[in-house]
Amino acid sequence: MYRIRFHGRGGQGIKTAGRILGTAFFEEGFEVQDAPIYGAERRGAPMFAYVRAARAPIQERGVITHPDLVVVADETLVPVPAANLMLGVTADTVLLLNSGETPDTWRQRLNTGATVIALPVADAITDRAALPHIGTRCTGAAARLLGVISRAALERALRTELRALDDASLKANLDEAFRAFDAMAAHEGVVHEGAAISARAYEAPDWTDLPFEPARVAAPDIFAPATSVQVRTGLWRTMRPVIDYAHCHRCVWVCSTLCPDSAIHVRADGAPEIDYEHCKGCLVCAAVCPPHAIQAVPEHEAAKIEAGGAG
Amino acid sequence: MNRQLLTGNAAAAWGARLAQVDYVPAFPITPQTEIIETLARWFERGEMTGRLTMLESEHSMVTAAAAAAATGVRVFTATSSQGLLYAMEMVFTVPGWRAPFVLVNVSRGLASPITLESDHNDVLATRDSGFLQVHCATCQEVLDHVLLAYRIAEDSRVRLPVIVNLDGFTLSFTREPVDLPAAEAVQQFLPPFDPQNVRFRASKPVSQAVAVLAGSPYSYFRYETHLAAQQALSVLDEIAEQFFQAFGRRTGPLATYRSEDADMVFVMIGAGATKACEAADRLREAGVAAGVVRPRWLRPYPAAALRAALAGKKAVAVIDQDLSMGQGGVLHAELAAALYGMPNAPMLASIIGGLGGRNIPPEEFYEIAKRMLGFAARGETPPPQLLFTERELRQVRKLQAIAVVERKELGEKP
Ligand code: SF4
Ligand code: SF4
Repeated sequence: MYRIRFHGRGGQGIKTAGRILGTAFFEEGFEVQDAPIYGAERRGAPMFAYVRAARAPIQERGVITHPDLVVVADETLVPVPAANLMLGVTADTVLLLNSGETPDTWRQRLNTGATVIALPVADAITDRAALPHIGTRCTGAAARLLGVISRAALERALRTELRALDDASLKANLDEAFRAFDAMAAHEGVVHEGAAISARAYEAPDWTDLPFEPARVAAPDIFAPATSVQVRTGLWRTMRPVIDYAHCHRCVWVCSTLCPDSAIHVRADGAPEIDYEHCKGCLVCAAVCPPHAIQAVPEHEAAKIEAGGAG
Repeated sequence: MNRQLLTGNAAAAWGARLAQVDYVPAFPITPQTEIIETLARWFERGEMTGRLTMLESEHSMVTAAAAAAATGVRVFTATSSQGLLYAMEMVFTVPGWRAPFVLVNVSRGLASPITLESDHNDVLATRDSGFLQVHCATCQEVLDHVLLAYRIAEDSRVRLPVIVNLDGFTLSFTREPVDLPAAEAVQQFLPPFDPQNVRFRASKPVSQAVAVLAGSPYSYFRYETHLAAQQALSVLDEIAEQFFQAFGRRTGPLATYRSEDADMVFVMIGAGATKACEAADRLREAGVAAGVVRPRWLRPYPAAALRAALAGKKAVAVIDQDLSMGQGGVLHAELAAALYGMPNAPMLASIIGGLGGRNIPPEEFYEIAKRMLGFAARGETPPPQLLFTERELRQVRKLQAIAVVERKELGEKP
């Protein structure tokens, strides 16, 4: 059975990516199971999708704990514990990262013996509507790595799953998917179908007996104020709002009130300031800013500018 | 044959469409909403005739469903979790109206703390309501059981509403290949509802579900509802046979998997049980004779079939994806009652697992089987166990550490 896990963020087209791959397998005559898993249904929140495909009916379900292929659409998920990227990754796993860094860098950073393949990030995404292409590209690449999905089956799957799109968007997605499919030609078939999970030799669960604890400890209460400050939701951002102070009118009631995450503060001098630790990149502020003084910059671009000391 | 990849939610919607339902009172809730969205689209495009109405709550939704059913039309509705609980007064009221309809529940853990993924405490809260309830393990079973549920509910020997349950996420959002039966075949198996005397009309007043202010008539009506629910067991067998003739798939109150010659049996309901089947296959490769017994229908409760399936086994582990606080697993208690006093009854162990969608990996099934056979060999019954690991406890401790910061600052003991 092939067991594939996609990791990404809400809004990157990960659910659709899983479905496209599932449908492509189905087109090739496989039994298929695919599903997205997400907690909060919010743009930018970590989520994953899984695809199982086999020649016989599939009885396994839920979280894939023994992946053959892990696709990481967004490298900023690496330090997010909830994303659990490395769950069950072994030397037999192939890790496909959507990243400008080299496979060697990731092998070292993650200290993994897995086969690491990098799918270089696309050119700067300036149009938010293009974000879901990330998922489509990952699917195209994954299909080639599997080696059992033909170009024709991939195309039929793309057309089925993206049938709601207009012609231009569909074409853009097909182009992205096939570019990635072609780019992975050297790695065709690198992913091997995983064996059944043996009951002969297995790692026994480290079960523990829950101790009784009084309600003052065991009730789901939070006694510390502002703990959400410690959750750096800024990591969820795919696009960064950047204020152009030269054009900002200081009508701060607008952006600071309408930011759904209270991430825009008003400085002593009356100017708005965005808290990037917690701004989720929803771009509500950019949409409402009357003089159009808030630009949307792709996060990896913004990060590059920061690193280079410019801007 | 039309075989498609469908989510459990889409399969439920297809069931309603193929049953040609007349009326769908609706209210959205995660993870059910996709069902009513799908139906709304089909009604709007004219691919379904009839009417979908958005109500202002689940309480009104169930009232509307039963009231419409009492006029003799075919009614479908769906909810989940807190929504089902919000409707609870009417969930217990309407079975006594003896007006049949189908409610799909997409199981989701209950508050508090609030969560989104699946367990069975929501649907089990309706256990004593008079609704019949059936638990699906695959997307195919979801579609099949919406059709079957109408046959059972509308049968003149039963005439009770039915809850068709599917697990949130594991089925609701999961696509699997589903055979979509042809509309003509479904119409043959499930002809239009013949309401007989279920014909409430505003212009012709009748009193339905009248008050009885005395224990004796009350007992009569309540016990008759119980007898109807029990009657449904034999009706189920009959209709399951017709379903098999029409569509070639086995249904019926109990599903068994490699249990005939098994030493150790997992008992589970819902989608989690397919994982137990996978584990049974792997355990057999490793020399352990494991099997699975899965009640599809919990009301009516297939006690006799369970006794027959479990007699003589060495060990039976009931994995409850539910919890009755202060008692334990609901399915375990019901099964213990069914097996009580039976000669050659198996060792019966209680496992609580999968609360709020907590994953049960294959290794846990293997370990349960191994340990249970060990206990059985020593003639012991283990105490109830929660599937919970050291790693999970560390995760909770981390959350707690953040939650009690202020107490520490105030110098209190955490
Ligand atoms: S809404 Fe735009 S112009 Fe007004 S204060 Fe905010 S950034 Fe400046
Ligand atoms: S409104 Fe602007 S500042 Fe607030 S979270 Fe959205 S993008 Fe960030």
